[in-house]
Amino acid sequence: MSELDATGQVGATGTALAHEGEPVAGESPRGRRRAMSMWDKDLVHRSLRESLRKLDPRALTHNPVMFVVEVGSLFTTADALRYLASGRLGLFSFTGQIAIWLWLTVLFANFAEAMAEGRGQAHADELRRTRTETEALKETPSGIEVVPATALVPGDVVVVAAGQVIPGDGEVIEGIASVDESAITGESAPVIRESGGDRSAVTGGTTVLSDEIRVKITAGRGESFLDRMIALIEAGVRQKTPNEIALALLLAGLTLIFLVVVVTVAPFSVYSHAPVSVTVLIALLVALIPTTIGGLLSAIGISGMNRLLERNVLALSGRAVEAAGDVNVIMLDKTGTLTMGSRQATSFTPSPGVEERRLAEAAQLSSLADETPEGRSIVVLANERYDLRAPDLDSGHVEFVPFSAQTRMSGVDLDGRQIRKGAAESVARWAEVELDPQTAAVVEQISRAGSTPLLVAENRQILGAVELKDVVKPGIKERLASLRAAGIKTVMITGDNPITADAIAREVGVDDFLAEATPERKMEYVKSIRAEGYMVGMVGDGTNDAPALANADVAVAMNTGTMAAREAGNMIDLDSNPTKLIEIVEVGKQILITRGALTTFSVVNDVAKYFAIIPAMFVVAYPGLNALNIMHLTSPETAILSAIIFNALIIPALIPLALRGVRYRATTAATILRKNLLIYGLGGLILPFAGIKLIDMIVTALHLVSTAR
Amino acid sequence: MTWQGIVQIFVLLAVVTAVGYFLSKYMYNALEGGRTFMDRVLGPCERGVYRLCGIDPTVEMHWTRYVFVLLAVNVAGFVVLMVLLALQPVLTIFNPAHMHQVPFWVNLNTSISFMTNTNWQNYSGETTLSYLSQMWLTVQQFLSPVTGICLFLAVVRGFSRHNANTIGNFWRDFVRTLLWVSIPLAVIGAIVLLALGSPENLHAYTVVRTLQGHKQVIAQGPVASMTSIMQLGDNGGGFFNMNAAQPFAGPNAASIFFQLILGFSVPVACVFLFGKMVKTLRQAYPIFASMAILFVIGAIAMYHFEAAGNPALAAHGIHLAASHNMEGKDSRFGIGTTSLFENSTTAVSWGSVIASNDSLTPIGGLVPLFNMMTGEVIFGSWGVGMVGMIAYAVLALFLAGLMVGRTPEYLGKKIESFEVKMAVLTMIVPSLVILILAALSVALKAGTSGIFNPGPHGLSEVLYAFSSGVGNNGSAFGGLNSASPWYSATVGLAMLLGRFPMYIPLVAMGASLAKKQRIPESAGTFPTHGPLFTGLLTGTVVVVGALIFFPALALGPFAEQFAAHAGKLFGG
Repeated sequence: MSELDATGQVGATGTALAHEGEPVAGESPRGRRRAMSMWDKDLVHRSLRESLRKLDPRALTHNPVMFVVEVGSLFTTADALRYLASGRLGLFSFTGQIAIWLWLTVLFANFAEAMAEGRGQAHADELRRTRTETEALKETPSGIEVVPATALVPGDVVVVAAGQVIPGDGEVIEGIASVDESAITGESAPVIRESGGDRSAVTGGTTVLSDEIRVKITAGRGESFLDRMIALIEAGVRQKTPNEIALALLLAGLTLIFLVVVVTVAPFSVYSHAPVSVTVLIALLVALIPTTIGGLLSAIGISGMNRLLERNVLALSGRAVEAAGDVNVIMLDKTGTLTMGSRQATSFTPSPGVEERRLAEAAQLSSLADETPEGRSIVVLANERYDLRAPDLDSGHVEFVPFSAQTRMSGVDLDGRQIRKGAAESVARWAEVELDPQTAAVVEQISRAGSTPLLVAENRQILGAVELKDVVKPGIKERLASLRAAGIKTVMITGDNPITADAIAREVGVDDFLAEATPERKMEYVKSIRAEGYMVGMVGDGTNDAPALANADVAVAMNTGTMAAREAGNMIDLDSNPTKLIEIVEVGKQILITRGALTTFSVVNDVAKYFAIIPAMFVVAYPGLNALNIMHLTSPETAILSAIIFNALIIPALIPLALRGVRYRATTAATILRKNLLIYGLGGLILPFAGIKLIDMIVTALHLVSTAR
Repeated sequence: MTWQGIVQIFVLLAVVTAVGYFLSKYMYNALEGGRTFMDRVLGPCERGVYRLCGIDPTVEMHWTRYVFVLLAVNVAGFVVLMVLLALQPVLTIFNPAHMHQVPFWVNLNTSISFMTNTNWQNYSGETTLSYLSQMWLTVQQFLSPVTGICLFLAVVRGFSRHNANTIGNFWRDFVRTLLWVSIPLAVIGAIVLLALGSPENLHAYTVVRTLQGHKQVIAQGPVASMTSIMQLGDNGGGFFNMNAAQPFAGPNAASIFFQLILGFSVPVACVFLFGKMVKTLRQAYPIFASMAILFVIGAIAMYHFEAAGNPALAAHGIHLAASHNMEGKDSRFGIGTTSLFENSTTAVSWGSVIASNDSLTPIGGLVPLFNMMTGEVIFGSWGVGMVGMIAYAVLALFLAGLMVGRTPEYLGKKIESFEVKMAVLTMIVPSLVILILAALSVALKAGTSGIFNPGPHGLSEVLYAFSSGVGNNGSAFGGLNSASPWYSATVGLAMLLGRFPMYIPLVAMGASLAKKQRIPESAGTFPTHGPLFTGLLTGTVVVVGALIFFPALALGPFAEQFAAHAGKLFGG
């Protein structure tokens, strides 16, 4: 036991169990649910089969771009067969190869989608395996009855003893138990579930390890958390987010325009005495429509959800994930999120007439037997400041005085020296002295700064005060600074008074704070900043967070939290790691960036394709147009084929990027934009020139089609 | 090319920037509730108009109401014009030259043309229309640009307002633009043009006997006033068939330069007015820079190719001392001024010409063609040029905006699927209309029989006609029997589609934006006031235009230019 309790301040003990072993801010607990390798063999096989199945035109209607490509493939194939039948082998070879690459374009796009879906599906399967058909001990007026878990309806009360599986989602109404939730979270350390308070929610499929609890079932068959999770992962495939819908509209618009562009080329070319074959027109169309992004769009969204899942975050809607990218205010709890939640000694302030060294030595002696982090930190600090080593205490005259709630002190009796440390009033009472004004002022000052003052006394003489500070988590300041650079405001929520909160806010480096936070104040705060046009992200675990969570745009509920909080949130963090919100925001941004980058890339690619195909189409009628053949492609046939091959191959080449997402570093929008415009805008303009030229050289070397000019 | 020719491009740009900047302050005060020095004179007129028409100018309108009234006013003007032209032989007033019946197709085309601020003319003014008809055309030349400003105000209020359901009162916007902007500027313009040598009378045409003994009819009329509003309102509906090249309409270089300034004044002012309306003037700068860059590139490109002349001459071993292409140009103005004027006429969408565009070199002709194909957003016509540029900005921001990792936003307003849908619609309409109608024209006998030049030049002529129609430009390339029923009807259709279906979706977009909350600016906001945005916007305009029209242009101007290099000509 530590003095923490003695001071009477609200500490981190409430959620200590949940936070134990929690990673340091800035690192994510990846690898617990092991991230699947990108080219997992089974996954690739399954995706290959899926991509063939997805050739069904009905499956492609949701993707107008690929639908157009497939129709084009059909036409070209028919054309090729016609040429074969009529024995025109040169035309058959060219048309046939175009047809093959068009089919491959569709297959590549299907493959990308199947890969992303497959990764999500693998997660869902993993969860499904953990869902077991269990039996429940249901309380009925006539006593306890054994029923199958599937027969439970909300409102039923069941008894679960150690070793049994909790039959459904519910709330503990009586008792306390340690529960193994690894089936859901992948986290092996057990968590405590107890009636009342913020840790009353239990999840079906998890196992009680000790004790017995009475659980009131809150979710019926098919609505349990596990069911919803599986359903969501599977449905995530089909749900389109607002930005995705807007982008799909733009892509459909572009497809329509290019369709008209290509269809009108036919009469223009006839008028110009430069008629063009249907195959070439289809090749031009497929080259122009945004196949790259059209093929990868759904994979980007799905893989974004998967990346969250790999971080053990379950988003209840794709909309919420996307909103995470837009969040510009993040509300973070002080204790446990921004600060360690355990206090550390940071300074010794001696009373008048006392040497600081003496205070340090006494404080160290009194803490030798104190195994709490606070106690250990005093020993360490004294060591650091005055090189004080713990004396050898085996001489036998030592008697440790443990902490008790009665005395609110602890200490040591050593060779006639009586040393005590503890809460200010307690120590003063023990010493039977009135605190001198200077020391009283120090105590006051330390409290005001948001720290905890401990007084140290020896033989009834007050030596001075030790400041126990709730230390800011390492790395959190940098994290907040990078958020600020990215234009995201951080707000600290604390129960402290405004003066204390201000001091801590300053130290941590948050932009604003909400002191003396109550459920109403939190909710009002969220409402008021949303009214100013901000998008708010927030983490919460307790029932008192629920109203604020319900009003936030991105509301992450901790899995250890109450059912009320989980209901109010639109994401659930299975790790219950409060800094996870920052990662969620980053994933949200990554999805949007990847979409924008690949769309830009796809559209500017067209410039090079034009320079390949247009001269090839019309060079016979207007030989002068060969001046536009700036890549010096060998012949019209090689040029068109090369453009189509490039167009097809770029899709699988970009699958890893679509699944992984474009790298995101928190910095200003201008910097990100400049970088991405350079890579995907300018790069997208230049790369295909080189790519098509290279393919043309290979096509020419292999004599795949006629190389005659 | 001469250095004077280059310098005058920048001089013009500098002058119109200054004029536009100051005019924007005046327009802001006049249209968005400030005070101007004209209030004392015009205030009573305004109140009189409202009382006469029973209008309450303080009633805020929902966008559907606003658009409905706007359309009603335009349709009314259209009907009056059609009736007036149909009754021309019967109405004997102001018809000293005894002009006869206007053919139906020409009447329809002309009425659409002057409603939509296109002022495409498939007739010769001096041989077809009475003074009365010409005067009503002048009235239309006042009304149609004012409609453009109303569209502009409706769209921009989407950005300047938030959590709002209404976008202003159409009548108030209409009347105040007419009284405070159009009429005073037109009066100033007419007086200056009069001073620079244009006539203003209602006399019958003078018949003289020339020294060679031929009879010559000298057409005249209220030229100064009509030229003033034709240039000021970016109408281009000239009094004479030769438009501004007619010595009465464009008597000298000073008059031509003044007409240029007149044409640029309000479109340039609209860019700054946009900045003022959204309360951040610097938001207007990158848009202005984008327009200026596109303008200068076009002007220099055209000047270069016209000065270089026809490459076929050299290919055939003909070497002239001065190789530049003077065909179809007025020797009073020369290559430099003509190129500047012809580039400007398609940038600022007034469609008035001082040369025969049909005689431009292929790439020289490509410049005005491309200016129109990209939607006439290089300042463009009154209000709608700027509105078109906003549509490009919305598209550019949607694409690139995603790349900063947020739902794209412009001026604090989120760009979501509805806005994208409307912006895409605005982009699709002109390109589809140009391509489809041009394709039909070259595929159908009705179309091909109206093309005077075969080969790629003929395709350019067709593309130009529909681009001019959709862009509501009104300038003609020539070489096309535009008075034929086919072209009268199809170009008329293009003008209609290029006006209302193109801009009304943007009003809807504005209304949707007006409803939204404003997102506070932060380091995470896409910066829309720097050179990066200028580059993005300019790139979007060029790339989108090029992607859509490259195949057609390859078979038109490009094929012709490259063929000329090889000495190949396309004779009839």
